[in-house]
Amino acid sequence: MPTFQRAIVVGASSGIGEALARLLAAEGCHVALVARRAAELERVASAIREAGGRAELFAHDVRDFTAAPPLFERIVGALGGLDLLVYAAGVLHEPAEGEYDFEKDREMVEVNLLGAMAWGNLAAARFEAARAGTLLGISSIAGERGRRGNPAYGTSKAAMTTYLEALRNRLSRYGVRVVTAKPGYVDTAMTRGKKGLFWLVSADEAARQALGLARRGSRSGFVPRRWALVALAIRSIPSFLFRRLNV
Amino acid sequence: MSDARLSSAPLRVLGGFGQAVNAACRYLAPRDAGELAEALARASREGMAVALRGSGRSYGDAALGDLVVDTSGLRDLSFDPATGVATAGPGVTIEQLWREALPHGYWPAVVPGTMAPTLAGCLAANVHGKNAFRAGPTGEHVESFDLLTASGETLRCSPTERPEIFHAAIGGFGALGAFTRVQIRLKKIESGLLRVEPIRGRSLAELFDRFEERLPAADYLVGWIDATASGASLGRGQLHQGNYLSAGEDPEGPASTLRVERQGLPGTIFGVPKGILWRFLRPFMWPPGMRLLNLAKYLAGYLQPAGKSYLQSHVAFAFLLDYVPDWRRAYGRAGFIQFQPFVPKETARETFRELLSLCQREGMPPFLAVLKRHRPDPFLLTHGLDGWSLAMDFPAADRERLWALCHRMSERVLDAGGRFYFAKDAVLRPLDVERAFGRERLGRFFELKRRLDPGGLFQTSLWRRVAPPPPL
Repeated sequence: MPTFQRAIVVGASSGIGEALARLLAAEGCHVALVARRAAELERVASAIREAGGRAELFAHDVRDFTAAPPLFERIVGALGGLDLLVYAAGVLHEPAEGEYDFEKDREMVEVNLLGAMAWGNLAAARFEAARAGTLLGISSIAGERGRRGNPAYGTSKAAMTTYLEALRNRLSRYGVRVVTAKPGYVDTAMTRGKKGLFWLVSADEAARQALGLARRGSRSGFVPRRWALVALAIRSIPSFLFRRLNV
Repeated sequence: MSDARLSSAPLRVLGGFGQAVNAACRYLAPRDAGELAEALARASREGMAVALRGSGRSYGDAALGDLVVDTSGLRDLSFDPATGVATAGPGVTIEQLWREALPHGYWPAVVPGTMAPTLAGCLAANVHGKNAFRAGPTGEHVESFDLLTASGETLRCSPTERPEIFHAAIGGFGALGAFTRVQIRLKKIESGLLRVEPIRGRSLAELFDRFEERLPAADYLVGWIDATASGASLGRGQLHQGNYLSAGEDPEGPASTLRVERQGLPGTIFGVPKGILWRFLRPFMWPPGMRLLNLAKYLAGYLQPAGKSYLQSHVAFAFLLDYVPDWRRAYGRAGFIQFQPFVPKETARETFRELLSLCQREGMPPFLAVLKRHRPDPFLLTHGLDGWSLAMDFPAADRERLWALCHRMSERVLDAGGRFYFAKDAVLRPLDVERAFGRERLGRFFELKRRLDPGGLFQTSLWRRVAPPPPL
């Protein structure tokens, strides 16, 4: 199993991204932290450094797509190469019943999907040329089915899952691993205060399991694994029944 | 072209022909000379280094870099049958050229082993063919070219007009500017066929002897070596001598053989459709498998009666690399490299014997080895010398050991007074290059570089790898 020496974590200021960054750094990986909120990044970087790890921080809004290529080059230069790219940036806006807010939908698609493509393409090209590398995308079980509760979020995650699958099919012949982690409910700022959550795991546990998938070079996996049962169930429900469910 | 900065231009993963060296590059493919000039001007303004690329047939990193500008779309071609001179855009390929000229009784004076390269690529690498000992490299047949420099100026160069730039840009691997127009002289031929004779050599010494005997009367002469054979058979192989037919010698008549359709390559090889043949090669791509294939090829030579010649089309004789499409894929994900040293005639026999022995001792025999004779030419960074070259293909799976082997071979070649050819290189270091070409020659080239490209617009991955840090 590969040990990652140099990693970029996009979306490292909170949640699973932060936990992944800390976990990687604790294992000796030189980590570049990328996120929009500089103060939060500073907090994560300080914690990593205090624990004896190495972290560089780069404030960046993943919706600023044209800024990504030069920043990626700069980071790779600073790290002296790249073994792992983690894309963990994500936003979730829960629309109210009867609410259709394009601006919120757009933000979710831009952050969850287009940002993943902007950074994923850069890493994919580098890894394909190097004939090595791992790309870990944090998608979601929410992409398994079009739920009435959140059309745009589910769409962004379904598209991200398909994008990562396509990258995997494109890059596996070059020895590059593309791994999709699909968490269920994780105790993060994104989910805090929401009702009806179950099988909740901590961000640290989700990160540990996602990193395990990346290490093993798994194609795709649910985090925790038991969510595979839920995914199987919701994929199996006929459409005429699924639309009656309040999910 | 969009208005976005070039640093955000589309990414493309490109490789050398050997696919052992790859890079994620920003990529632009201008459609005409205006777009090419605009691309270079923008790159200059935005401080991005440009690597020019044609068909991507150089084996290593000669056409890779930060911003790859692909000129293969600039394919205007006119041919004057009265003079035998073609005027071509940089992206015109050898294939396009011979197809245009052959019906008029002309053939490119120098062709490499594949018809895919562009003329700009041929000039930048100053390619040679199986007639290098007689015709020299491509550059000797160039009447003139236009060179678009970093300042945006277009310089017309010929052997008499700016001769210094002419002799440096040819073989300059795109470091001085972009070729935008090439005028090249072709050879008059009386037939679309060559008379070809295979000649066997049971050892390296015998192969060299036969080669030297045949040189005075040959138009083309090339040697294949079974690099897996050892002991007394070390360096055994087969030569192929090709000769033009004189007027009246063509049994079918030139009206028939000078037709493009008469020049096709076989559609099947050993009954296998050539499109899938590389898959059949895959199981043989390891040393024992290659030993078997090389042995079979060598023994197959015994099926041909000694001293018996046959007629073969120019295309079938010249473009061996085009026989099996995608053959390089047989090498798998790691690809392969070619190492081609050029060694003076006084030391070549002994040096090549040592190189082949060294490869075998290290358990890394070349899967393919080709012997050619060369002569000096007037180009500044030329690989041509009064001597021989031995092109060797190696699988790049065990990269670290292979590079180390190549560095040991480079030392041996340099001790023998040898040189290298950047189109076939992936391993040389700045000091190797300095020893191969000498400080004086390199100094002259770098002086021209400073004059024509002071900002360092043209920088390939090759340039960055081998150019000694300035000032030289």
